[in-house]
Amino acid sequence: MSDRTQATLQKTPLHALHVALGARMVPFAGYEMPVQYPTGIVAEHLHTRSQAGLFDVSHMGQARLDGASSAQALERLVPGDIQTLKPDRMRYTLLTNASGGILDDLMVTNLGDHLHLVVNAACKAADVEHLKRALEPGVAVTALPELALLALQGPAAAAALGRLAPEVEDMPFMTAAMHNLADTPCLISRSGYTGEDGFEISLPAEAAERLARRLLAEPEVKPIGLGARDTLRLEAGLCLYGHDIDGSTTPVEADLGFALSRRRRQGGGFLGDSVILRQLREGAVRKRVGLQPEGRAPAREGTEIRDGSGAAIGRITSGGFGPSVDRPIAMGYVASSHAAIGTSVSLMVRGTPRPARVVPLPFVAHRYYRG
Amino acid sequence: MTLKYTKDHEWVRIEGATAVVGISDYAQTQLGDVVYVEVPEVGRKLEQGKEAAVVESVKAASEVYAPISGEVTAVNAELAGEPGRVNADPMGEGWFFKMTIGKPKELEALMDEAQYKAYVEGLG
Repeated sequence: MSDRTQATLQKTPLHALHVALGARMVPFAGYEMPVQYPTGIVAEHLHTRSQAGLFDVSHMGQARLDGASSAQALERLVPGDIQTLKPDRMRYTLLTNASGGILDDLMVTNLGDHLHLVVNAACKAADVEHLKRALEPGVAVTALPELALLALQGPAAAAALGRLAPEVEDMPFMTAAMHNLADTPCLISRSGYTGEDGFEISLPAEAAERLARRLLAEPEVKPIGLGARDTLRLEAGLCLYGHDIDGSTTPVEADLGFALSRRRRQGGGFLGDSVILRQLREGAVRKRVGLQPEGRAPAREGTEIRDGSGAAIGRITSGGFGPSVDRPIAMGYVASSHAAIGTSVSLMVRGTPRPARVVPLPFVAHRYYRG
Repeated sequence: MTLKYTKDHEWVRIEGATAVVGISDYAQTQLGDVVYVEVPEVGRKLEQGKEAAVVESVKAASEVYAPISGEVTAVNAELAGEPGRVNADPMGEGWFFKMTIGKPKELEALMDEAQYKAYVEGLG
């Protein structure tokens, strides 16, 4: 715990609130972030699935793209369909590299006169650099560090947020709108990273604590740390950048084909398209799959996956305990020959092979609000 | 009844010729929700400071070291079905295993309750 380490960690606008709420603060992506509050990860996780959880995700990067050709230009860097994205609609997509790997995963929202981007904290500086290099001067790329980001997730999120702005209750999944919350104009989207219904709220940093306290005053809402955010997204089968996807994994290998529209599959025209389109045609040598360990021992990230003969066929990229399913769960990459649902594999946990099966993702069904 | 602690937050309680081993309240608080415990087999010979068991929280797996040397005589089979006992009652129902006291002198270097309390406070 050297002073130097502490000094280099950044704080979100809600830092003081986290400390006041008794959070255990840990370093994450250059920020001091709450990993859990006193109730603990399991209680926070289960509360989010049954009520509503408030997450501080202000460490994530936000940026805007301005310029008439923004959507067209961004398509050179992502395999997603941005040009057909209607106003107030958002889409999950990927920044790819020249070899078809993933530089980051992100949300792109069409706000009419510009595109709003939300990217991962650990990648944000590199992403903005990459966007500027590729898109300027035709498109203006502006990082928005003055914005905070809150996520309100869970089946009671709409009721709780609806008391502040009734209009949000009817917003369909993956749409966005500007509404006042606690007298502050906020960019609200119906999206999240838990598999539950919910919202993400982008707002000026100086208003973040006031809104957070206002939301925490709602009876259904409790603060949730990064620990439960990780178990929630793992149960929901969602990738964590730097673990399940990175510069060496392609969207096809990562089984993120849904992020590639028909038009982009046919036309290409994005970084790494030759590799990605070839893998779409011919298949990839490995694939991200869900893994269900038998028994109660969790298998963690880095665990080797072996086939029935004992040969190594891949590694776990996210693994742990799923509080809602009440058992260990994992995902990882396996050779495509062993990616079929139901395939028996073994996981090398502390040197001992433990049986597991390839299972469909997600482990917990998504419950998005589709209107 | 003698109760001693290690710097790695195991406790060892002497009950006649047997030592009962578990992890401290501080350790279970730091770990958070315990979801899996792997105890040693009965009969295994343990060496002081070497890995004896594994305790896994939602977030991570941690090793539990033998506080003294000796042979495992019993294990807490209840932890397989209810690992949360380690959180709920770390000094009681959350015990990990029992062992013989191979080298009684090893106990002398361990911390007593007051020393351990001061040690934990020093960790901030």
